[in-house]
Amino acid sequence: MTFINYASREINCKIVYYGPGLCGKTTNIQWIFEQANPDKRGKLVSLATETDRTLFFDFLPLDMGTVKGFKVRFHLYTVPGQVFYDASRKLILRGCDGVIFVADSQRPRMEANIESIANLATNLKENGFDIRSIPYVLQLNKRDMPTAAPVEEMERLLRFRSEPTIEAVANQGTGVIETLKACARQILMELQRG
Amino acid sequence: MAKLDLVMFEEEYKVLQEIITRLQTESSSKVVFLVDKNGQQIAASGDVRSIDATSLASLTAGNVAATDGLAKLIGEKEFTLLFHEGEKDNLHISIVGKRGILVVIFDQSSSLALVRLRVKKSSRELQEIFDKVEQRAQNQAGETNFESPFSEITDEDIDRLFGD
Repeated sequence: MTFINYASREINCKIVYYGPGLCGKTTNIQWIFEQANPDKRGKLVSLATETDRTLFFDFLPLDMGTVKGFKVRFHLYTVPGQVFYDASRKLILRGCDGVIFVADSQRPRMEANIESIANLATNLKENGFDIRSIPYVLQLNKRDMPTAAPVEEMERLLRFRSEPTIEAVANQGTGVIETLKACARQILMELQRG
Repeated sequence: MAKLDLVMFEEEYKVLQEIITRLQTESSSKVVFLVDKNGQQIAASGDVRSIDATSLASLTAGNVAATDGLAKLIGEKEFTLLFHEGEKDNLHISIVGKRGILVVIFDQSSSLALVRLRVKKSSRELQEIFDKVEQRAQNQAGETNFESPFSEITDEDIDRLFGD
């Protein structure tokens, strides 16, 4: 749910990074945090366990600049990927404007990717969204891993609505901004349609 | 579409701001924030510069969402009030209508009873504004001639946001 404030001329959009445990959701937003101009970014809030696994969510506010005289601000959230945190994942999807699915390219994780997309569909539905129509991007992360499955195979397994698909190595920053941009484009184009 | 965007116009925002400011003065609190349930700050009053308001808004929404989940688990519709007591400062969090959260930060110069009393009154007023905003959104959703200021967004505008 985009928040448009005509008084302060601001648009706020919520983007959620989703995916199985250890696929690199937090790594994506950490990289964005490190690269962003300190004037344009807020604090990176991480609710994580002692072993740095996401417990509830990570949160990063980003000021993107202006469109048609309105300040555009993105609120980036990650969900906890581990299966047993499903209740928390559902809460974080509340009121989101777009979803980035971070898939782990390593072949042994393919089943976890498929399960996580199915879980995303269910949780979106419970929040009143349809996975087939919400702004959505598929990121194929960890392309540098030796056991990475071929892109064509991953697309066949994980792609379902001709969504933008971006190859990434999030810990090196490859594909991270492109992914965010692909999602932002869909959200803003949706605003255009009104 | 399942979602209705929250669109706030200047006159509504002004009234919200007035209510928040009055609440902050009358409850002798340090800061009052009005946040939406998705974690976005709507209005604030008091010594706001002393606090990272954006993080506060998102964490409050997370907190309320988690508490909501707990309520449903035990068969309650929702818990409308959260109170955190600190050594110096206290946090009073309450739900306003379907989409608002009111956060009041206060110290020993006020009291929980006073804050609760003032919050109750302000909540009713805030609720009226939220209802108005929602009503308008619903009316506009049915109108085909409502011109959004973003109807002219181009690919170039989006590229520019990313510095291309």
